[in-house]
Amino acid sequence: MSMNVLEVNDVSIKYNGYLAVDKINFSVKEGDLLGIVGPNGAGKTTLFKAIIGLQNYTGSIKLFGYEGKDYHPLLPLIGYVSQKVNFEQNFPATVQEVVSMGLLPEKKLVKGAILLQNCGCCWSRIYKKLEKDSDKVLQTLRTVGLESLKDRRIGDLSGGELQRVFIAKALVKDPVLLILDEPVTGVDMEAQSKFYNLLQTINKENKITIVWSSHDLEAISKLANRVACMNRKLFFHGEKGEFFSNKELLKTYAESAMQMHMHDHD
Amino acid sequence: MSLEILSYSFMQKGLVAGMAIAIICSLMGIFLVLRRYSLFGDALAHMAFGGISVGMLAGVYPLWTAFAVSVLGALGITKLRKSTKISGDAAIAVLLVSGLGVGVLLISATDGFRVDLFSFLFGSILLISTEDTLLILGISAGVVAALTALRKQLLHMTFDEEQAKVSGLNIDRLNYIFVVLASITVITSMRLVGILLISALIVLPNITSMLFGKGFKKTVIISMSISVFSVVSGIILSYYLDLAPSGTIVMITVAVLIGTLIAKYAGIVGKSKPLEYQKVT
Repeated sequence: MSMNVLEVNDVSIKYNGYLAVDKINFSVKEGDLLGIVGPNGAGKTTLFKAIIGLQNYTGSIKLFGYEGKDYHPLLPLIGYVSQKVNFEQNFPATVQEVVSMGLLPEKKLVKGAILLQNCGCCWSRIYKKLEKDSDKVLQTLRTVGLESLKDRRIGDLSGGELQRVFIAKALVKDPVLLILDEPVTGVDMEAQSKFYNLLQTINKENKITIVWSSHDLEAISKLANRVACMNRKLFFHGEKGEFFSNKELLKTYAESAMQMHMHDHD
Repeated sequence: MSLEILSYSFMQKGLVAGMAIAIICSLMGIFLVLRRYSLFGDALAHMAFGGISVGMLAGVYPLWTAFAVSVLGALGITKLRKSTKISGDAAIAVLLVSGLGVGVLLISATDGFRVDLFSFLFGSILLISTEDTLLILGISAGVVAALTALRKQLLHMTFDEEQAKVSGLNIDRLNYIFVVLASITVITSMRLVGILLISALIVLPNITSMLFGKGFKKTVIISMSISVFSVVSGIILSYYLDLAPSGTIVMITVAVLIGTLIAKYAGIVGKSKPLEYQKVT
């Protein structure tokens, strides 16, 4: 039985005076690929922000059993890719330079990793200083398939390439948990399918636990092993098969009839 | 053109101090420009002007009061901006006018204490003393060391502040260090181009170097080269043509920018490589 990487217990979040997230409970086990579905404004991003420490909440969020103050040193070990990164088109940084930002702040990464090790969490891919940073960056770029673009300036990339850069930036520190907030928004079909392959590689081969929010039910049905469905409240959390066999749920909460339709014909 | 001018002591000091200032302005400037704080240097310089008049009035060495007033003003405005969501350009305007206002007020109120206004407004690099040259060198070395040590953190914060925060960088502390370093840079550099033209050294070499379309490291090196070139050639040229050094330096940075723009449109610099498309399998 693998251990819980993340536990979210009775978490409620008030946002501008109204309850954006209402008593949500779910857990993520080591090696899981949890797909979170829910309409726009369902509180997915707000919930993610609470997990990464940018949003106040009530209830408890635990990472490897640590919560509250003890949770903070572990925050750097989470890889987070936000929905949209705004940066200047002519920002003078290469792909390699942007990805290496993911290795900061080094001391806190090492501290968090040691904390995990001390508590007996058998986290095997503890951040290793033995590796040279530049080797690590190149290796990650290879994983996401951007090695040939490493010296390209960030502003010269396409949307799909950019998204892989940001995933590489989150991935380069060997995160204990990767959180992706609607990562395929505004990306064309080809880049989407490339991205889904990458997601599978990261999860299966690199064995990284992933929480991923998406509107693409078809992709979730293919890739995720567990599904959570939320719209302020949590409507479902469990095995993928259970979710997709529950037609009632699908009907009520699916994003669009089209996506359901596609799934029904799978 | 003989190089006999290099044998003059005032010229040597001016050139050495000028090069140091060129380097720190360019280094600090890349972060200021990228964070959309281009006029922050101007605002700090105006604040420093207010500080100088406070110092003159109080009989304290003006550079210290200038430093204190700019740092306090800059920290105050950073806080104000955060808590009231005043936009960056408006915050800079507040800083700028209040500094200048205090300065003008105090000068008029004391009616007669003699400030060499002209040298504060337009710089006086060739009147610099040996002590001041050494001070500028020391301060510049400190600023360069601090920026070198913090370059990765500052770049991350500049690129994406939220992500930098998530990854565990202490953004508030970094912001304060940044403001203090910017203040030190501006006050040190006022001797060279003066309060009114300080933004030229902070902004122009950096936007010029960004036209080359390189990564961060190369952009910084290009910017520093442009900055040092402009200061050195500006000082020498102004001597031979009997012009104001600050104006000459600034016009050279402008000329380099225009030259680079022309070269860019002619396709000589800053061409991005053609994209390599991968085969879809």
